[in-house]
Amino acid sequence: MRTILYLIRKEFLQIFRDRFIGKAIFGVPIVQMLLLVPAVTFEIKNVKLCIIDRDMTTESRELVSRLEGSTFFKVRFSTFSEPEGNDLLHRGKCDMILQIPSGFGKEQGLAQPGKIFVSINAINAVNAQLSLAYLTGVIRDYNLKVLTDNTDPGFLQLPPQIEVTNRYWYNELLNYKFYMLPGVLGILILAIGFVLAGLNLVKEKESGTIEQINVTPVKKYQFITAKMVPFLIIGLVDLSIGLIIGRLAFGIPFEGSIALLFLCSAIFMTALLGLALLISTFSGTQQQYMFSAFLFIIVFVLMSGVFTPADSMPVWAQKINLINPAAYIMRINRMVMLKGSTFHDLGRDIISLTMVAIVFTTLAVNRYRKTA
Amino acid sequence: MTRNTVISVKNLVKKFGSFTANDNLNFEVFEGEIFGFLGANGAGKTTALRILSGLSSPTSGEVIVAGYNARKDPEKIKKNIGYMCQKFSLYNDLTTRENITLYGGIYGMPKALIKKRTEDLFERLSFHEYSDRLISSLPLGLKQKLAFSVAVLHEPRIVFLDEPTGGVDPITRRQFWEMIYETADRGITVFVTTHYMDEAEYCDRVSIMSEGKIVALNSPAELKRLYNAESVEEVFVKIARPAGTKTLSPEVKSENN
Repeated sequence: MRTILYLIRKEFLQIFRDRFIGKAIFGVPIVQMLLLVPAVTFEIKNVKLCIIDRDMTTESRELVSRLEGSTFFKVRFSTFSEPEGNDLLHRGKCDMILQIPSGFGKEQGLAQPGKIFVSINAINAVNAQLSLAYLTGVIRDYNLKVLTDNTDPGFLQLPPQIEVTNRYWYNELLNYKFYMLPGVLGILILAIGFVLAGLNLVKEKESGTIEQINVTPVKKYQFITAKMVPFLIIGLVDLSIGLIIGRLAFGIPFEGSIALLFLCSAIFMTALLGLALLISTFSGTQQQYMFSAFLFIIVFVLMSGVFTPADSMPVWAQKINLINPAAYIMRINRMVMLKGSTFHDLGRDIISLTMVAIVFTTLAVNRYRKTA
Repeated sequence: MTRNTVISVKNLVKKFGSFTANDNLNFEVFEGEIFGFLGANGAGKTTALRILSGLSSPTSGEVIVAGYNARKDPEKIKKNIGYMCQKFSLYNDLTTRENITLYGGIYGMPKALIKKRTEDLFERLSFHEYSDRLISSLPLGLKQKLAFSVAVLHEPRIVFLDEPTGGVDPITRRQFWEMIYETADRGITVFVTTHYMDEAEYCDRVSIMSEGKIVALNSPAELKRLYNAESVEEVFVKIARPAGTKTLSPEVKSENN
């Protein structure tokens, strides 16, 4: 135990003696939080519309003005030519073309179903679907108005309809930042664990200082523990900074237990550090390490569910996620922060994450060779 | 005087793929002696030294160091030895004092003892002005002296020195050897590799390696007598020519005759 303390002290001395790293450790989380949380969003605003109104009646203008009134749409162009509209879509000047055929207003007067045609740029399929959903929403309101307007108030008796009233649980306002922030907190400490700790060990190999350590009776687990603890502590400090920023800059709610969040993050960090040190035992140079670590970082982050729901990934991908520490922490962070989940609710995830941490750390200790 | 064997090597072979770095080595080292391990670059000295210090595993053969088998108990050997790497390998981004404290701690020395030995060391080497400086700012000679002092800080039974005086000036080399003598006087066995032949003269016994084999082992005086040579250097040139320089031998012989 005493040996570990001496080694940990040495790691801290070295980390903070490196002026760049010493500052970056605290600078990186601040930049990441302030940049990523508001920037990465799926919320759709300002869908650029091109209107081809061949009807030019009160009815068609009413529809267009409703679209203009919505925050999602911006009517950018108005034309009578379909080729011109298509060209605008090609050139990316607009995202959606709405065609209102002539007779749109008249058919309403004759109580016949009105028809409109929509073309959407679906390069980003998610955006396209969301835009259409917003449009459908606007049209539904419009329909209802047409219906009430055309019915004699004395005989006003709408056909029976199901009225949907909804409430969004855990994120009432569908604030995207609240969804992103717990995820970004995970990515933040992932970078610290992976980059700093792994490089640290490989650097000792490159400079030869590890040889002097290997010839001492220091135990393998002592050496690996001493490499993990400082970065674990730094990771948790960064998590605190991230949480404070989340609170002050984005007003994120915190429903659950902070202690639980820190406990889970500590397990998460252990898993990452174990894997990072495992990779570094295979790497001879910092270059080799970074190249292989980068692969894991990308795969772990993109598959974690921070951007896309992990539950809708293919089954094989979900199997891979069983050993992806980031996938666990995404779920845990969101559940604890937004839903207020307890240890009891998250038991399965916490136990699995702990097992992943134990496996990676054990492998790192075993793979580390004091005698070649 | 009965001599205790602290290192015993029998039929040591180390292969890297098809290359044989150590080819059937046999020797013993006695307690308290200064044992010189000579050889040209690439003769296999460092390989053997790394096996003796538990950093590398022998391919075959029996290696006993400080009473422990190098294949089975390398970690127990490590408790009883000190080691100074050929390449300077203390932490450049730590101060002199921090490095000493770290290694004292790793070897499990009590805090007070670390403190005392540190002060003694600064006193002996008149090192005070460097005590809180980063090691990277130290001149090479001082670095080497410090590395040696750290290697014997925990008073091991044996200290292994791998070309400890490479690249340092003659005065520092002399001072360094004085430190080696003091260490041996305290009863610590010194196992030193070198290719400076004048240094071989300071050893109690030397072994000369060539192409993975030990080709001679004796005291410097005895070697000079056996090979009818003025210096160990001459002995070395006579018996340990690396491959490719063999054509030199007739000339050397004729000069001697």
